[in-house]
Amino acid sequence: MLDDFLVRAALAGIGVALAAAPLGCFVVWRRMAYFGDATAHAAILGVALSLLLSTSIFAGALVVSLIMATTVSLLSGKGYAMDTLLGVMAHSALAFGLVAVSFVSGVRIDLMAYLFGDILAVGKQDLAIIWGGAGIVLVLLGWRWSSLLTATLNTDLAYASGIDPKREQLILTLSLAVVVAVALKVVGVLLIAALLIIPAAAARPFSRTPEAMVLLAAMIGATATTGGLQAAFWLDTPTGPTIVSLAAILFALSSLAGYMRLKVSRATSSFEESH
Amino acid sequence: MTLLTIEHLDIALGGDLVLKDIHLTLARGEIVTVVGPNGSGKTTLLKSIIGSLKPARGRIVRSTELKIGYVPQRLHLDATLPMTVSRFMSLPRRRAAAQIDQALERAGVAGLARRQMSGLSGGQFQRILLARALLESPDLLILDEATQGLDQRGVVDFYHQLESVRRELGCGVLMVSHELHVVMRTSDRVVCLNRSICCEGTPERVATSPAYLAMFGYDTRDALALYRHDHGASSISSELSS
Repeated sequence: MLDDFLVRAALAGIGVALAAAPLGCFVVWRRMAYFGDATAHAAILGVALSLLLSTSIFAGALVVSLIMATTVSLLSGKGYAMDTLLGVMAHSALAFGLVAVSFVSGVRIDLMAYLFGDILAVGKQDLAIIWGGAGIVLVLLGWRWSSLLTATLNTDLAYASGIDPKREQLILTLSLAVVVAVALKVVGVLLIAALLIIPAAAARPFSRTPEAMVLLAAMIGATATTGGLQAAFWLDTPTGPTIVSLAAILFALSSLAGYMRLKVSRATSSFEESH
Repeated sequence: MTLLTIEHLDIALGGDLVLKDIHLTLARGEIVTVVGPNGSGKTTLLKSIIGSLKPARGRIVRSTELKIGYVPQRLHLDATLPMTVSRFMSLPRRRAAAQIDQALERAGVAGLARRQMSGLSGGQFQRILLARALLESPDLLILDEATQGLDQRGVVDFYHQLESVRRELGCGVLMVSHELHVVMRTSDRVVCLNRSICCEGTPERVATSPAYLAMFGYDTRDALALYRHDHGASSISSELSS
């Protein structure tokens, strides 16, 4: 079954969507969208370095994403506004990465594959890395779930309950770097943040609890990756952007449905009041 | 039994010394209220006790395994985070539904368990914050202007509940309040703060101290008059409605 490249691609997409769901929800709740973007952009520098040093691309992307994420975490609140800091770091890392790639001699590098992903080229080893990484992230977030949620709600409430919000922030930062590294092959550095944020945002109107939002985001993410894969196959379009486009369509539909439901419930309640 | 000892505490925020040389002891079963003008460091003191602010000098010694219930001055919930009342009550530790219902009923907000936190009024929100803090069965309850946004009935209920909580749990209570009349009635000890502690003691002693009068003006003598003449439990309601 794993010999079919479409099956491998679908499994890779689902693995990334599952890990991205809880993390994406935290990115949305904590307003870290740009932080996810910066970490992802830094990954291209990791790709370039691993090509230069002929090491594993996954390892290179992971290491540079980790360095980026922890640096931003440490520097935040020390003089620069967070968005300024991220703007500088994200685009510098991307620029240095692109420059570094041009130094790689020999085989012409297909940069597009790293910028937009190449899910159809996922091999068995990639699949193992993706599901391994996703598993680590899910176990880590599941283990710290309650503390992470409390720290996200309010740092003082967390401190009073004996939870260190800085440690929880670090756990999210590490998870983010892992997800970026495993998602690199699936949607590429430019669209990883979209895969984190869009399913979570699409799940918001229909969720009453944080847990419900995560489950719904996972379903929407998995639908977008598998559906996008199919669509890209039929329409002969690049897979990464097709996946993200489908996620965006799902988001638009969910927002519309959420808005309609709000109007209907308001209309019903005003109808009941007037009668 | 001593819950907490603060020695030589200095807290600096952005390079400025906000609290200077604070000494304070809190014991089980006592209600201590911190009063002081805006910017006097009241909230900073509470935040340093819960561990959210690190001392620039001095130390805070907690008794071992000290459980703190904390009600913040304001809690902003991000609109992107869906949260029912019952889920909020179960953070960070899971609580049984029956336990949550009981806590809500006690706080005067029965039947709200399935509502979204974002749809609550300010007063309901405040009551739920207190109910959540009490679920932890705290040794020390820390309240930062917890009656903010409550109606008169709510304030009265709140202080009555505080009394019964202290009796049942035997916890210590440390609170910041601006309701000087009620503070003088309900507290065992009043700490008058203005970056450092300017006076401290029984309500009666503090209310007559020159430092307190200089800070709050002379009309607060009325508070003391009320305190002297009214010692019954029902007096809070009459003070508030007058």
